[in-house]
Amino acid sequence: MIAHIFEDRCDGCNNCVAICPTHVLDAGKDGAPVVARIDQCQTCYMCELYCTSDAIYVDPDQHHLHVVDPQAILESGHLGRLRHDYGWGREAGGDEGHLSDFWRLGPLLREGAEIAARRYAGRKA
Amino acid sequence: MSGHDVLALTTDVLIVGGGMAACWAATAAARAGARVVLVDKGFVGTSGVTATGGPNHWWVPPDPAKRAQAVEDRLARAFDLAERDWMARIIDETWRALPELAGYYPFDSDGRGGTFYSGVRGPEYMRALRRFAADLGVSILDHHPALELLVDHDGVVVGAAGHARLDDRLWAIQASSVVLATGGCAFRSGLIGSHGNTGDGLLMAAEAGAALSGMEFSVSYSLSPAWNSTRTLPYFAARFFDQEGRELDVPPPMSGEAAHLKALATAMIEGPVLADLSDAPALLKQLLRRIQPASMPPFERRGVDLFENRFPIRLFGEGTVRGTGGLQIVDEKCRTSVEGLYAAGDAATRELIAGATSGGGAQNAAWALTSGRIAGQAAARAASQRKSRATARGRPVGGAGLRPAADARPIDLSPVIPAVQASTIDFDGALWRSEAKLSSAKARLDLLWRDIADHAYATGIARIALREQAAMVAAARWVCASALARTESRGMHMRTDKPGLDPALGARLLTGGLDNVWTRLETDIVSQRIEAVA
Ligand SMILES: Cc1cc2nc3c(=O)[nH]c(=O)nc-3n(C[C@H](O)[C@H](O)[C@H](O)COP(=O)(O)OP(=O)(O)OC[C@H]3O[C@@H](n4cnc5c(N)ncnc54)[C@H](O)[C@@H]3O)c2cc1C
Ligand code: SF4
Ligand code: SF4
Repeated sequence: MIAHIFEDRCDGCNNCVAICPTHVLDAGKDGAPVVARIDQCQTCYMCELYCTSDAIYVDPDQHHLHVVDPQAILESGHLGRLRHDYGWGREAGGDEGHLSDFWRLGPLLREGAEIAARRYAGRKA
Repeated sequence: MSGHDVLALTTDVLIVGGGMAACWAATAAARAGARVVLVDKGFVGTSGVTATGGPNHWWVPPDPAKRAQAVEDRLARAFDLAERDWMARIIDETWRALPELAGYYPFDSDGRGGTFYSGVRGPEYMRALRRFAADLGVSILDHHPALELLVDHDGVVVGAAGHARLDDRLWAIQASSVVLATGGCAFRSGLIGSHGNTGDGLLMAAEAGAALSGMEFSVSYSLSPAWNSTRTLPYFAARFFDQEGRELDVPPPMSGEAAHLKALATAMIEGPVLADLSDAPALLKQLLRRIQPASMPPFERRGVDLFENRFPIRLFGEGTVRGTGGLQIVDEKCRTSVEGLYAAGDAATRELIAGATSGGGAQNAAWALTSGRIAGQAAARAASQRKSRATARGRPVGGAGLRPAADARPIDLSPVIPAVQASTIDFDGALWRSEAKLSSAKARLDLLWRDIADHAYATGIARIALREQAAMVAAARWVCASALARTESRGMHMRTDKPGLDPALGARLLTGGLDNVWTRLETDIVSQRIEAVA
């Protein structure tokens, strides 16, 4: 669930309020948005992806709310990493080139299934 | 409510939903010359299972022999409920449509010197579809969940009404035709991206008199780390262990008759199950982050190395998302059984292209795209022939949760989720169905339905959450009724008391109704029609 908004990084654009698919956030009076309906958070990381200031941290536990240490998150390198990995606006050329290996998804999935099938057949033999 | 202002609009075509089916419908309707308004519960780009997923579409080159073979192969696994023509149609339409997104979606290499079209990454796909629709003049209203349909005195659907949640006000849109593309119902299992997929469209349509089909085919799961539902690519080569470190005897994925699933579910009923991905393809270990960036945070942020450390897993139920049930489609234009109302994507039955088995993996996305385009275009054509309808004021027909049949009073909604999950998500009740289990689930749901329909009431944005609860109860009741009526095992519908196929039940099963839920084999209706003509 969304665990922290770094107010010092947030520019108050309210993008996250608009794009959160489940209406978790409300616009702040002035400054950062507020988490108003945490029970509706589906831990989808979309707010991170759409926050161009890398000011949001989503904790990966979708069932329980954890108190996080902002300083530790800043030091962890996780902040903004997801958006960077997607190639959204972080690097020259934007998301250009970020999908060059995407075609391998199907073949890799089938390879995984074949590995499991061979191993199972081996064990049964 | 803050004030009593209502956003009132009139349009040719109203699209309800904001996933891939809705967007393809909106673009097709706009291209056919209609004025199009699209209302989504969430944000078009992030809401729905398309956005968090990244569907691979059924992709067969236009070589007649290859296409015929693809259809025959899939038909052989559909348990007699799919249709050749529909399958051929979605292959063809998908092949022609996806490349149209170039310019909006950064299609890249297919590894053989060509362009890879068939598989797309969710957030980029939905961002592209949003821009495509906006460029074609579609009015997109985010955070405008629909709550009910508007119906004229002839029973024709002429619009919808709902609640704009960012500005807390009502909206009502009159339209000549309405396309429902509200997705499947995952019964709040926690499945990735599915929080808003609560079956709202099914309930709205049924209130207008529409029938559903294949609701018994609603048993499907995807494996993920126990704490966060993800996509399933990383886990295909997994070995599984119990808490004591003993390796479990789990048949490989895709080994038929749900053997993989049932073995995992059996073990999970006993206790925690851990996955070990050390056998995963070497290239996957290297490229997972590049292919599916969102697969990493659940592990990295827990300090777990997913390919080195064992971790607890969970099966997240998919309900009708990767089940196949939904609104009945009555013709090749994706019409529902109610005039003025069309259905597309996971809101519609996918038996036409997948039968009794899941269409996940390729068919469902091709269906969502194609049914969206067909419905959008047909809705636009119908609108141009029926302009006058849009001015006929519709009557809102929403019931449960909006207009209590008896006295409005607070009711306890905490039993809703356990009750709706009993025959769809819970392993024992869903994977090993029986008359006894289904009847007891049905009895619980009937009581809940009565309570909600008679008394439940909310104001302001709380109306949205209440309608979601009502919709899930309605959907689960259709599931139970259909699963009881299908006294056999077929595809993903598996009954311990009725193993094996019953040839007499080799037809699609319709259901519907609110206070009184009914079921009927589709063949009965066809034969009745034939008799009536004769
Ligand atoms: C993890 C995962 C992976 C998948 N992978 C594949 C694959 O590889 N290949 C394949 O073919 N299929 C796949 N599928 C299935 C495929 O993703 C779906 O069939 C497809 O995305 C359905 O699109 P849709 O537009 O019908 O539904 P969704 O994308 O779920 O959209 C539904 C929309 O309806 C909106 N909505 C709901 N209620 C209301 C309301 N009351 N008012 C207004 N709007 C409302 C929601 O906000 C949402 O925007 C996968 C599914 C999952 C869950
Ligand atoms: S998107 Fe980021 S910068 Fe904008 S309001 Fe939200 S947290 Fe602040
Ligand atoms: S993780 Fe998803 S649901 Fe939660 S606040 Fe962010 S965008 Fe909203």
